[in-house]
Amino acid sequence: MFKILEKTQYSENVFKFRVHAPQMAKHAHAGQFLMVRANETGERVPFTFADWNAEEGWIEFIFMVIGKTTTDLSQLGAGDEIADITGPLGKPTEMDNGSWCVIGGGVGLAIAYPVARALCAQGAKVRVIMGARTKDLLLLEDQFRELPLENLYITTDDGSYGEKGVVTQPLERLCIDHEIEHVFAVGPVPMMKFSALTCAKYDMPIIASLNPIMVDGTGMCGCCRVEVDGKTKFACVDGPDFDATKVNWADLSARQASYRAEEATAMEHRRETCACHS
Amino acid sequence: MPLVNGKYVPNPKAPRVAANEEPAYERAKDFRPVDTGYTIENAIEEANRCLDCKRPKCVEGCPVGINIPKFIEKIREEDFGGGLDVIRESNLLPSVCGRVCPQESQCEGQCVVGIKNDPIAIGQLERFLGDMAGEVGSTPKVKPKNGKKVAVVGSGPSGIACAAELAREGFEVTIFEAFFTGGGVLTYGIPEFRLPKAIVKREIEGLKDLGVEIVYDAVVGRWTDADELFNEKGYDAMYMAVGAGLPKFLNIPGENLPGVFCANEYLTRVNLMKANKFPEYDTPTKHGKHVLVFGGGNVAMDAARTALRLGADKVILAYRRTKAEMPARLAEVHHAEEEGVEIMELVNPLEFIADESGFVSKVRLQRMELGEPDDSGRRRPVPVEGSEFEVDCDLAVTAIGTNANPFAGMAGDVELNRWGYIETDADGRTSNPKIWAGGDIVTGAATVILAMGAGKQAAASIKETLLNQ
Repeated sequence: MFKILEKTQYSENVFKFRVHAPQMAKHAHAGQFLMVRANETGERVPFTFADWNAEEGWIEFIFMVIGKTTTDLSQLGAGDEIADITGPLGKPTEMDNGSWCVIGGGVGLAIAYPVARALCAQGAKVRVIMGARTKDLLLLEDQFRELPLENLYITTDDGSYGEKGVVTQPLERLCIDHEIEHVFAVGPVPMMKFSALTCAKYDMPIIASLNPIMVDGTGMCGCCRVEVDGKTKFACVDGPDFDATKVNWADLSARQASYRAEEATAMEHRRETCACHS
Repeated sequence: MPLVNGKYVPNPKAPRVAANEEPAYERAKDFRPVDTGYTIENAIEEANRCLDCKRPKCVEGCPVGINIPKFIEKIREEDFGGGLDVIRESNLLPSVCGRVCPQESQCEGQCVVGIKNDPIAIGQLERFLGDMAGEVGSTPKVKPKNGKKVAVVGSGPSGIACAAELAREGFEVTIFEAFFTGGGVLTYGIPEFRLPKAIVKREIEGLKDLGVEIVYDAVVGRWTDADELFNEKGYDAMYMAVGAGLPKFLNIPGENLPGVFCANEYLTRVNLMKANKFPEYDTPTKHGKHVLVFGGGNVAMDAARTALRLGADKVILAYRRTKAEMPARLAEVHHAEEEGVEIMELVNPLEFIADESGFVSKVRLQRMELGEPDDSGRRRPVPVEGSEFEVDCDLAVTAIGTNANPFAGMAGDVELNRWGYIETDADGRTSNPKIWAGGDIVTGAATVILAMGAGKQAAASIKETLLNQ
């Protein structure tokens, strides 16, 4: 069992857990993920590390309430326990020094943050583009602002904060101005896909951190397979980072969406059986 | 026991005692065990058929050399505890191996009675004794602690065997298991109807009784590694039994479509995550009505039979050779057909095709014919030109084998072969003097009994090495 030390709420639907997991904290790297099984009947769901501290023995992950598991998690608080957390999993993000643009969209900002922080720590020049549908969904702005960034750009789809529009607008300007050498993107599939298309136009290398459905997450089941450069790759062990210009985005989004009906059934079942609503 | 002048007289011509199987069409509706096993009377009757050969061929056919005539004699004497002890000298998992070993190509395939009559049901008898363990209560002897610590990576059959052997010899043993529960492939791979999980649980509990510590959610190679275990945590040796790895794919168009599964995922969702009980359990799976399974091994059979139990109306198992070349156990092929799985021989998939919803809706296939034998000695399937045709399906499963586990080289510094499997000698020693390895990560996907045997062999080598340092 894994004890929740602290719960932070960022918005109505977005939470952060700090969990006691000293061995995981000792071995975690930016870009890696963990698998959570909330309780004995739970499914295994991947979340990327948001932060960790080896000395204090904790790890953190951020989640947005979307389905049954994240709803269950959101009802837990400090002092409660999570049945299983497995990690760190996946390859750490490869970060050479140089000039980087880190793009985070929506809940992907939680993944972009530790990558930006690690890049800053090793002395890279870092620009960050934060994107969200609306101002309330923009995560971790304060944390990003505390980093020694070259610049921070914010876009919202509805124009409620920052530049109205999408992350590819500032990205394209940065590509044109030759201010960056590498791009890291994480967020919803359309955001990553269009970031990749923008970068491809300017021969700008871009890696994306992919988030397919996983079952085991440890290189056994093959559920998280994605086509990259025409070859079958496994996000859990070959990734989660891949060359974004070579990912088959259509495949990834079809596979991500393939359990929508079951997710609705699970939520319905939860409403019917959950004691807290009776 | 039939005695003449005080001497045992076998009755090999008596019919082999039939397995107590559940009716095929009833059992295919749920996950109950296919057969309930021999009763005491059944076991004694079957034991009376054994010739008790002086030079038993069955033992030669057993990969770990179980003294088969001896344990069968103990059954005749109704000394079930004694029979179990005989098996356990060579095999720590009789309940498991009795159910999943390919007996027809091992012990029973060599049985002399089988030349003219049906061979002795050695698998059933082994399983009978294994399942009696709870009742006959044989308490394993554990030697006093010798002060040496061994890390075992993986709690599948190989890890279980190695850990149990070492614990009995007085070693302090910790198993590091990546999942939240133990058993490895016995848990996530083999379905409940073939190997009840209560049996796996009993074996794991047995390890705890021996003093073995099991750490779950522990991925060696990420969560810890050999360096840390040896230099910071004080382990003296490590046994790597991480199992086979990621599934092989056909590499044909449409393979990533929703509704196309590889068997590892399809079986893991049900066996490990209990997707058959969704939404009581959170993990869903797809319930195909018309399912196509590709492959001819045990895993393909398990997937096809799982599809039936999840409510399929029609399940076709398509194989590129013929039934005669199938690597699956005979019993599995027989059970699958009995339950209603249709076997389509000599076909090869070319493409998975989606409907407008984006889900797989049909598969384009090609007829094959058998040509010259290949490296495996089986006749190579060759495409028949112009023979392409399509079959409708709403779910497809591929079960065409696995590649090496990607964690093989990450847990510790050991030499791998060109396919990514760990190189070892006959005792399981790797290129690293502190690391042994065995099971599927050394041999490629093989049998439970071989993996178990490798664990036992490595345990003996670890013992010899550590106690002579």
